[in-house]
Amino acid sequence: MNNIEQIYLAIVLAPLIGSLVAGLFGKFVGRSGAHWATIIGVAISSILSMVAYKYHMFDGGEIYNQNLYTWLSSGGIDFKIGFLIDSLSVTMMVVVSFVSLMIHIYTIGYMHEDPGYQRFFSYISLFTFAMLMLVMSNNFLQLFFGWEAVGLVSYLLIGFWYKKETAVFANMKAFLVNRVGDFGFLLGIAAIVMTFDSLDYTEIFSNVTQYADSTITIWGDESWSLMTVICICLFIGAMGKSAQVPLHVWLPDSMEGPTPISALIHAATMVTAGIFMVSRMSPLFELSETALSFILVIGSITALFMGLLGLVQNDIKRVVAYSTLSQLGYMTVALGASAYAAAMFHLVTHAFFKALLFLGAGAVIIVMHHEQDMRKMGGLYKVMPVTWLTCLCGTLALIGFPGTSGFFSKDAIIEAVHHSTLAGSSFAYFSVMAGVFITALYSFRLFFMTFHGDQKMDIGTWKSMHEAPAVVIAPLIVLAIPSLILGAFLIEPMLFGKYFDDAIYVASTDGHDVLARMAEDYHGIGGFLLHSIQHPLVLILMSSGFFVAWLCYIKFPDTPDKLVSKIGPAHKLLVNKYGFDDFNQLIFAKGTIRLGHLLWRIGDINIIDGFFVNGTARSVRIFSSFIRHVQSGYLYHYAFSIIIGLLVLLVIFVHGVLD
Amino acid sequence: MLLNNLPILSILIYTPIIGGVWALIVGDRQEQTVKYFSLAVSIITFIFAVILYCQFDPSYGGMQFIEESDWIKAFDIKYHLGVDGIALPLIMLTSFTTILVILAAWEVIEKHISYYMCAFLILTGLMNGVFLALDAILFYVFWEAMLIPMFLIIGIWGGPNRVYATIKFFLYTFLGSVFMLVAFLYLYTTVGSFNIEALHDAPLSLTVQKFIFVAFFLAFAVKIPMWPIHTWLPDAHVEAPTGGSVILAAVMLKMGGYGFLRLSLPITPDGSAYFGDAMIVLSLIAIVYIGFVALVQEDMKKLIAYSSISHMGFVTLGFFLPFSIFTASGSSSGAIMGMEGAMMQMISHGFISAAMFLCVGVMYDRIHSRMIKDYGGVVNTMPYFAAFMMLFAMSNAGLPGTSGFVGEFLVILSSFETSFWVAFTAAITLILGAAYTLWMYKRVVFGEVTSESIAQLEDINMREAFILFLLAVVVLIFGIWPEPIFEVMHATVEKLIEHIIHTKIL
Repeated sequence: MNNIEQIYLAIVLAPLIGSLVAGLFGKFVGRSGAHWATIIGVAISSILSMVAYKYHMFDGGEIYNQNLYTWLSSGGIDFKIGFLIDSLSVTMMVVVSFVSLMIHIYTIGYMHEDPGYQRFFSYISLFTFAMLMLVMSNNFLQLFFGWEAVGLVSYLLIGFWYKKETAVFANMKAFLVNRVGDFGFLLGIAAIVMTFDSLDYTEIFSNVTQYADSTITIWGDESWSLMTVICICLFIGAMGKSAQVPLHVWLPDSMEGPTPISALIHAATMVTAGIFMVSRMSPLFELSETALSFILVIGSITALFMGLLGLVQNDIKRVVAYSTLSQLGYMTVALGASAYAAAMFHLVTHAFFKALLFLGAGAVIIVMHHEQDMRKMGGLYKVMPVTWLTCLCGTLALIGFPGTSGFFSKDAIIEAVHHSTLAGSSFAYFSVMAGVFITALYSFRLFFMTFHGDQKMDIGTWKSMHEAPAVVIAPLIVLAIPSLILGAFLIEPMLFGKYFDDAIYVASTDGHDVLARMAEDYHGIGGFLLHSIQHPLVLILMSSGFFVAWLCYIKFPDTPDKLVSKIGPAHKLLVNKYGFDDFNQLIFAKGTIRLGHLLWRIGDINIIDGFFVNGTARSVRIFSSFIRHVQSGYLYHYAFSIIIGLLVLLVIFVHGVLD
Repeated sequence: MLLNNLPILSILIYTPIIGGVWALIVGDRQEQTVKYFSLAVSIITFIFAVILYCQFDPSYGGMQFIEESDWIKAFDIKYHLGVDGIALPLIMLTSFTTILVILAAWEVIEKHISYYMCAFLILTGLMNGVFLALDAILFYVFWEAMLIPMFLIIGIWGGPNRVYATIKFFLYTFLGSVFMLVAFLYLYTTVGSFNIEALHDAPLSLTVQKFIFVAFFLAFAVKIPMWPIHTWLPDAHVEAPTGGSVILAAVMLKMGGYGFLRLSLPITPDGSAYFGDAMIVLSLIAIVYIGFVALVQEDMKKLIAYSSISHMGFVTLGFFLPFSIFTASGSSSGAIMGMEGAMMQMISHGFISAAMFLCVGVMYDRIHSRMIKDYGGVVNTMPYFAAFMMLFAMSNAGLPGTSGFVGEFLVILSSFETSFWVAFTAAITLILGAAYTLWMYKRVVFGEVTSESIAQLEDINMREAFILFLLAVVVLIFGIWPEPIFEVMHATVEKLIEHIIHTKIL
């Protein structure tokens, strides 16, 4: 294909143009003009991404790696903007643009009463543009551009309802916590520039082995492996964006934004940027087992402990948000186990089923007249059968019910961790196994509280309820299909085939080649299913999670309350989210402000201005007011001082002579 | 070409000065005429600056468009002008900013607007003079003369506490520059010339270089301003009228940075290297300490003033990194990156601080308060304004895609070559900068309408929108494609780095 370059350009520019039309000319094009402009833009992007996918994955297209223009050149380094299109980027492009398209369509229904309609479409299209730039980049500069740009749009969208105090607090929190991650990320990039004198992926990856044993001194004379420093710095960036403990605190609060963006940005695409980035950097990460172990441990903590928090939330979106955190933890665990392909596989399936669950939750929220508390729901399956059914598909995929997409991707991660021999892998294995039970429990808790049991809303609301409109339902159905079946198609090529061979590098040494080891035992999807039945621990955990949820929320609905009174402190710990928010508020937010006051009041006002500047002025005044008395104008004063002076001089002179 | 024979540098200096004098003569009798006339003068000056940019040969690192004639023969003082890749972007910035302040004053200044215009036009000419002067005495004359219009601008059109602020401003900057004059006189007695380029090449002993460096430092560090001699700036900003703040932040602070590049580094390279680490430490203190101080400001103008100091920390950091980078790596590429990044930071900070002060000015004109607590929910009544301010706030926080990112990014990259901890400390600005800017934005712009006066706000008019639009375009263009600025700097910066890494001690 000769015109492939134009296709790639069109993929990124179409949503940008749509966004500009809706954003700058929103008044002129009106509401329908805005949604048509952006939907057409994203649709073009989505279709062309699929064309590119087909070209690259099926027609044997070459890797595309070209620069568009030179951003700037300085000190002998060219900072460029360009595209690298290989299996990894093309997969992300399809997922991003497709999910984005579904969410654009859904938004027509979800936001149709909102006065900021055009603005919303402009933002989500801009997001699509930024996310595509991020995944299509061929260098660290553009990656960082996209990285911060999606952060910006996320900030704008969380605070979309700018009158809501909680929303504008949440968006600032999200931006700042992400900035903490970016801080590490930027240092990682700086270390890369210092080492390789380049920002270009291919150039860096081809030279990476010669720096495998390089060291850097940071503290005193102790030398660190350069690759470990680089990788951990980069991963801190990923921890911010992909919300890993302890930088996860922004994601639950981001639910203050409208639901479509929770689905698009805070579940399916943006938050997976960190996972994508680490996969992209696999040639670097493979050189540092320390960094991989670090990733493994952080991921397992997130997977297990954030899942637990999902158990005590009553806000429907927050439950899904904690589930997202936990699932991101799973992906991170896979990265740590060097099973990058498994992480990407789970990223793809998760994008579909989590977007589906969020949109389902959104459909429920509209029907409930923007009520998000699950304790006021119940029995909704009677009025919204389609939403119920699609949400069931999403829930099954999330808990990893055999045969669904989530089953394949999650089981692959569990197997991969099982094979890993890195430090921390046994803890990781325990976490992901325990996570299976917890996932099933909170997922069906949500499902039962929302769709089953008694109707707890007031009768007026119940009477007015009806199935959500077609523009809302259609994306749910479209997303349900890949949530159910995509995994079965992708597992073989993605994990055990040559799917990612041109993009992901895995060292063939012991402990890294977990997927290769799994491939030895892999005999088709039938065999994979059979394997999980023969080793039924995962299935047992999953079904017991389901069963406990059924017991607590359907059979004996008063159990949870009783349980809470029994295990008070533990419950309180979970409700307080382990105290992360309180800690940050106290130490970082208040502490920073206190330090600022200290430096300002004491440093600037008292010491610099008070003592030195005005102090100097004051001393001049004091000194001169003293000196002034000397010039009294009375002759006898002067005569007196002359005589005194004369006497003093005389004494000195006489003594000098005598000595 | 026709322009070849034009003394274009003198035109850049005297067009605005003559225009200003004319405005003074016409006075308040014909306000409308003076306003349009001043606008025309500023636009013409800018057009000349653009012509200069087009005619400039970026491949040559030395002085171009040189004008030289005798001035005071007895002391060999010359009227000597020239432009290189460091001065050129600053000239562009100055003449661009002048258009903005003249537009910004249009309906806002009620008292003696002709004199106001006059002060700004003359100030522009003098500032161009500082950037173009190649004779030390000429430089000093422009440098000191610049204080007078600024003194008047704050003193006449300023806020209630303007007298304290003007005196503090004047004493601080004047005291600093006196030391510069002493240094010039000393250099004249030893080298025998006031020619700045001759001073670059004159060999000096380390002790002498140290003393001269300190003298220059006092002049330039006050202007930038560097910690701990920065406290005049917040006071001056708070009392200055909007246009005064804009020029002060956008251009006058750059004088200090320019002085370091034009005088300190090339005349006393060994002195600069000697004090290099101290300068890096002071810059880092400015970046972090002032970042914290900015966070707790209750006055928007003070907040932006402190944020300026913090951002200017990157400028001095970039200027004084080369020595330790060169010692650490032996290559000058990282040093070039740091210095060009610092230059870019100066230019970009010019646009962004101008924009931020104009934004505060827009609100001040309506509510007559600069206090954050008097605002809240501005977006409800001024959505277009809020959108512009969002863009500028983000560029103040150094978001990629805006010009604010470029300089900080390059300086952080190059500082990593000296030490991990320098980069680490400098990069804290990523968090602090976002924190103080967005927190202010949140309290001022977001939320429910908090008071009756906010509820009655009118959104920006066409004139204000146009000013902010111009700045938005510039901020975005140089964020997405900064190469045009870098292109003209390369040769000069490379020459400068080459010059300063070689010792001058005989």
